[in-house]
Amino acid sequence: MRLLLNKIVLLLSTLSALIGLAFLAWILFTLIGKGLSSLHFSLFLNDLIDGGLRNLIVGQFIMAGIASLIGIPVGMMAGIYLQEYGRGRYVRFIRDLSDIMMSAPSIVIGAFVYAIVVVPMHGTSGIAGSIALSIMMIPIVINTTDNMLSLVPRELREAGIALGASKSRVIVDIIIKAAKVGIMTGLLLSFARIIGETAPLLFTSETSNYFSVNLTEAYPSLTVSIYALANDPTSSSRDLAWAASFILTMMVLMINLLGRYITRKKG
Amino acid sequence: MMEKLFKTLSFMSATLVMVLLASIFISLFNSAKPAIDEFGIGFIKEKEWGKEVPIDNPVSTVVDTTEQKKVEPAPASDDSLEALLGGGNDDTPMKTIYGGFIPIVGTLLSTLIAMAFALPIAMGIAVFLAEIAPKKISNVVGIAIELLAAIPSIIFGMWGLFYFAPLVQELVGGYQVSLLTAGLVLGVMILPFMAAITRDSMKTTPDVLKESAYALGATKFEVIRDIIFPYSKAGIIGSIILALGRALGETMAVAFLIGSVFSLPSALNSPTVSIPVAMANSFGEATGMKTSALFYLAFLLFIISFSVISVAKFYFLRKDK
Repeated sequence: MRLLLNKIVLLLSTLSALIGLAFLAWILFTLIGKGLSSLHFSLFLNDLIDGGLRNLIVGQFIMAGIASLIGIPVGMMAGIYLQEYGRGRYVRFIRDLSDIMMSAPSIVIGAFVYAIVVVPMHGTSGIAGSIALSIMMIPIVINTTDNMLSLVPRELREAGIALGASKSRVIVDIIIKAAKVGIMTGLLLSFARIIGETAPLLFTSETSNYFSVNLTEAYPSLTVSIYALANDPTSSSRDLAWAASFILTMMVLMINLLGRYITRKKG
Repeated sequence: MMEKLFKTLSFMSATLVMVLLASIFISLFNSAKPAIDEFGIGFIKEKEWGKEVPIDNPVSTVVDTTEQKKVEPAPASDDSLEALLGGGNDDTPMKTIYGGFIPIVGTLLSTLIAMAFALPIAMGIAVFLAEIAPKKISNVVGIAIELLAAIPSIIFGMWGLFYFAPLVQELVGGYQVSLLTAGLVLGVMILPFMAAITRDSMKTTPDVLKESAYALGATKFEVIRDIIFPYSKAGIIGSIILALGRALGETMAVAFLIGSVFSLPSALNSPTVSIPVAMANSFGEATGMKTSALFYLAFLLFIISFSVISVAKFYFLRKDK
């Protein structure tokens, strides 16, 4: 009886794993099937107005890139504070807030940026989109930096100080270096996370049919356009949406795998 | 000098987190203020959304148009008629009322369905990864599950709409876009997240405890039930609540599937709307009081998810470093 029960439970558990894998396979095969059949090289050369995706891919990367330029230094500095400078209660408080912020609904972040950036600027813009993404990114980077620095052995810090190096030198030259691999992976994963975001961009950057380097106007976004295209009843729009989804997912998964590869190789 | 600058910058960056959260709270509240003043707390019980009612006492309703100015020229939408009626005719003493009951119920119900669907499977996967599978298989399946978690939510939405929903419709009937399909796709989406963090909690159980139980002749299931679950209970519950918080605020996976109709679902397989979806689909075209009402919804969602996540963090996942 006990053994039978044991068998049943183990079977059910294995079955759950299979269900999980089946969903992954189903989604990936759908994407590959639909995506590859609509994918043409010309999609990378034309903008959305001419039935291509070039402006959207570039726009999404530019916004995620600017978000990283803001989010990575701020997040890393905050993580450094939590691990190296701060003491006691305040550190715990900020750490908790950062964790909460990491789980805040992304659409709410979008609404916030709408209120503080879009309304004063009288319109959606690439800047607003980048700010929304950077707010999404900061807590993720804090979490990564915090965790990775906590793994650096205390002796390294002491050795640095004993050599007469200043604290900031020790942090930059020794501690960050020691945690380099982990931090790099974390940064890649956080970039992968924000580049696939849609909700915070819906009413901050919106999207645009044209190629644009002007960040003060509505800005081309791959994800927002996927949402619009997929809801469009014409089949050519839907095919384009599938091609865009395929490209987006492949980018995200590649960055993810790259991050894991770095950790495995050096860590 | 450098030293001081570095320290100050790092302190300011850390404090920015608090400043940001406080500003989110304040600015959502301010933007929602006209709706909060107008509808009060009764907003959460009011079932009408965008209904014209005559004003009993002709208090001006123009207050709201100044602060929340429309930004883009509105494209023609389902709401254009209502917008015409609401904004255009000032001579008729009418006002539009907005209530949050339907999106709030839609949010809670779709989350409930998602949790009911994802919870057993996620627990099964976590047990499989942590205890059953040989190390190699566990690693590979673990990576696959984490990749599933990395797929952008909009992809889940599209796949759900075009492939999953038709299947569900065939099985249970009703509409393709419905509370049920939205909840299930949401469940598929939080599944890997929930499984991965539950596995991590389970793995914290010390081997010595497990080995002792095995030595006493316990089966694998008994070890899982009597050793691992009790030991990692707090972590598992925390993981579940975190997944719940994520499901509450999810927009894109639900937006494709819930139907975005402001009506109470008469059955599981009929369409409705949730807070994030109401925002995603109406925010861009909204003006005046409607924008404010949407901000009110956002404010409520923020409070709900803030509380849910805090409970998970403070009661279950407190790690004292």
